[in-house]
Amino acid sequence: MLGYTIKRLLQMIFVLWIVSVIVFLMMSFTGDPVFMVIPIDSTQAEIDQARRILGLDRSLFEQYLVFMKGMLQGDFGRSYVYRQPAMDLILERLPATMEIVVVAMIFAALVAIPLGVYAGANPNRTTSRAIMSGSLLGISLPSFWVGMMLIFLLAVQWQIFPSSGRGETVEFMGLKLSILTLDGWYHIILPSLTLSLATMAIILRITRAGMMEVMRQDYMKFARAKGVSRRGVLYGHGLRNALIPVVTIFGLQLGDLIAFATITETIFAWPGLGKLLIDSIYRADRPVIVVYLMLVAFIFVVINFIVDMVYTWIDPRITVK
Amino acid sequence: MAEAKTADAAASETLLRVEDLRTWFHTFSGTVKAVDGVSFSVKRGEIMGLVGESGGGKSVVGFSILGLIDPPGKIESGVIEFNGENLKDAGDARLRDIRGRDIAMVFQDPMTSLNPLHTVGEQMDEMLRLHTDMDAGQRHARCVEVLEDVGISRAADRLKAYPHQFSGGMRQRVVIAIAMLAQPKLVIADEPTTALDVTIQAQILKLMRRQIRDNGASMILVTHDLAVVSEMADHITVLYCGKVVERGPTDDVIRRPSHPYTRGLIDSIPNPAHRTARLKQIPGAVPDIRKLPEGCNFQDRCPRVGALCRESEPPLVETGARAHACHFPLKEGETQ
Repeated sequence: MLGYTIKRLLQMIFVLWIVSVIVFLMMSFTGDPVFMVIPIDSTQAEIDQARRILGLDRSLFEQYLVFMKGMLQGDFGRSYVYRQPAMDLILERLPATMEIVVVAMIFAALVAIPLGVYAGANPNRTTSRAIMSGSLLGISLPSFWVGMMLIFLLAVQWQIFPSSGRGETVEFMGLKLSILTLDGWYHIILPSLTLSLATMAIILRITRAGMMEVMRQDYMKFARAKGVSRRGVLYGHGLRNALIPVVTIFGLQLGDLIAFATITETIFAWPGLGKLLIDSIYRADRPVIVVYLMLVAFIFVVINFIVDMVYTWIDPRITVK
Repeated sequence: MAEAKTADAAASETLLRVEDLRTWFHTFSGTVKAVDGVSFSVKRGEIMGLVGESGGGKSVVGFSILGLIDPPGKIESGVIEFNGENLKDAGDARLRDIRGRDIAMVFQDPMTSLNPLHTVGEQMDEMLRLHTDMDAGQRHARCVEVLEDVGISRAADRLKAYPHQFSGGMRQRVVIAIAMLAQPKLVIADEPTTALDVTIQAQILKLMRRQIRDNGASMILVTHDLAVVSEMADHITVLYCGKVVERGPTDDVIRRPSHPYTRGLIDSIPNPAHRTARLKQIPGAVPDIRKLPEGCNFQDRCPRVGALCRESEPPLVETGARAHACHFPLKEGETQ
């Protein structure tokens, strides 16, 4: 187990290193950031000086070494726009994104798994067909449209929820969080709901497919022959056997939402990572984009590791080697 | 007065009485009458063999008794009287009480009938949790006791193991242990040895018989293997196309079968005394149960078929302890 963990950690570091090389090279090929940071009427001498300060006058390889050295120390350079360490900018925004994503994922799982179990256990019922049709909507409706509709109906027409912003936040262990205040929750609900719909639909369909497979198994009938209630059979014996693909997709979706909550954050003016990323891309704020990409890669790698751990917990036949 | 008493005694001697059971499956391609008017009874302490070829509706009888028939299947009519109670009309909650506690089942394939994600201990404990008031310690002790009883050594350790860590034969022992845990009155064993190695089969059968006898339980042994039944069962019921074709005490039926189908089944058992002789088989195959012929279902495979067999279906005729459904039954000594 320990050996496996160490091996996985080395693997994760290797993946992150590859990502860093790709990110670095791509950044180097996308325009000259110097013109973003100097006044428009600068002289050639001033331009050269700026280049020197930013280290852009050195060879690509040297630049990479400097980049790596900084990265290993947690220093990704300063944002060209905000003049603050890029890492700090990202970390400041991360909790906001994590909040809506985590709430969205929990919400998706809470709705999708019971409905998926039901639809998988009773595939021929009208209710199940309705659930499946509904899930098709969830997959096919674009999130920007859903977001706008939710704002239109629940924020403008009926004025139940606010349409934008984070609401009241509370400092908790150095992080600004909305989930600890009632006003924060009011603000979280609409963006989280928007974010969760597609994931909910996918998880629902995966759960249903898994359950339909599981329902045919002998151990389900054997459990019933033991006198286990229908609920006990479905959730105690069935669901866990259908859970491996669900966990896989759940992990991928979690990473996906963190990385690409951009659209939803833009619609709801949610001050998360996505908005920062879009702004940074417009302004060619290289350090921020680099930190962002590295962070997303890191999150994906960690989630995958956790998912593999969860596999072994769900299914004792899967062993880590 | 005295008469009433003996009638009562006779009634209480019968643990299970199945009367005119019909379980049909309504599929797109027609109604499959998997079980169509089956009657038999099982006495206390008795082993009843339910015999027939694949597709003969044997397993469906077992599942019908426990109310485990899923759509498109449905118990159309009949009486399933267990311990004086008609299970056909019992509600789901009542049936859940009976399942496992009064009537337990052993399935065909031990590789698939245990949940791969729960330890053997958890799966045994579940049974006791559902059907007894024992506390955790008592349940554990009972699990160890029963597991040792079915011949699994180091039982306390093995409770923590998962099914995939057991061999097929060992898993079937576990399944039997689970079935015996709550001391059921009736065990329905559906082809319990078919999926096992021949060498293991005899051990498992012996184990089952001992468990049944020791617990004073009854058993319905569902199988296609007449050799197994002849060793295990007190009574035989032979099914063909969802109907009873012959019934009676095992020795009697094996020695002088009345129905040509039973005769055919007996002849297809390998006989060590005639090692050189070619094994006989019943010609043809079980007909499509959705398109049964008019008259006797066995007519196309029967060596004794006559004009009457193609016109009318033979009724089940009872003579003493025996019953058969054939227009031209075999008489004693007749081989074909």
